[in-house]
Amino acid sequence: MIKQYETVFIATPVLSDAQMKEAVAKYTDLIKANGGEVVYEEDWGLKQLAYPIDHKTSGFYYLIEFKAAPEFIATLETQYHRDERIIRYLTVALDKDAVAYAEHRRANRAAKAAAPKAEPVAESVVEAKSEESVEA
Amino acid sequence: MANAANNEIRYLNPPTVEVRKKKYCRFKKAGIKYVDYKDPEFLKKFLNEQGKILPRRITGTSLKFQRKVAQAVKRARSLALLPYVTDLLK
Repeated sequence: MIKQYETVFIATPVLSDAQMKEAVAKYTDLIKANGGEVVYEEDWGLKQLAYPIDHKTSGFYYLIEFKAAPEFIATLETQYHRDERIIRYLTVALDKDAVAYAEHRRANRAAKAAAPKAEPVAESVVEAKSEESVEA
Repeated sequence: MANAANNEIRYLNPPTVEVRKKKYCRFKKAGIKYVDYKDPEFLKKFLNEQGKILPRRITGTSLKFQRKVAQAVKRARSLALLPYVTDLLK
């Protein structure tokens, strides 16, 4: 039984670009090695945290969407927990509405990336708002 | 006899009848099915300035989506996208 998941982790801000790439590669490889499939990746970059975690006020956010068997999640979270670079993580199973939303969001972002000036017209106000905030 | 004509109450200003705007569930109205925890700016509409979740009686959200909003806010809090406690969020 394969389900779709989404995981966001926050890495410590002290990492260099190369170290961050290595950390990301570790988890994408882990997903692939366990029979999963990475659907989408998104780097949010260095963001301010809303409250300090381990005396840190910022962190690198990274989002991975993937398909995997439910048994794999425990393995993934154990790895997160043991990893000193990761200060926070969240893994969420996506239901069918969430999958539809994720695809919509992805398409919007791709369109924005392709044409940064052109505003997508055929979308609800709320959706437009959400895209702006992600960009900001 | 003269009073009969004065029985009618007269106001200097026309009495204001309060017309309440009917609240509605914005998710039902806009056809949104999934509340995204990755979007803190949107979720802030459902928080007071201390970062507490506003009740349904104020936002008008239907029960179904209030549960989803609450879930999304809690997820966003755990990812430090929203604060647990604060002053002057907005």
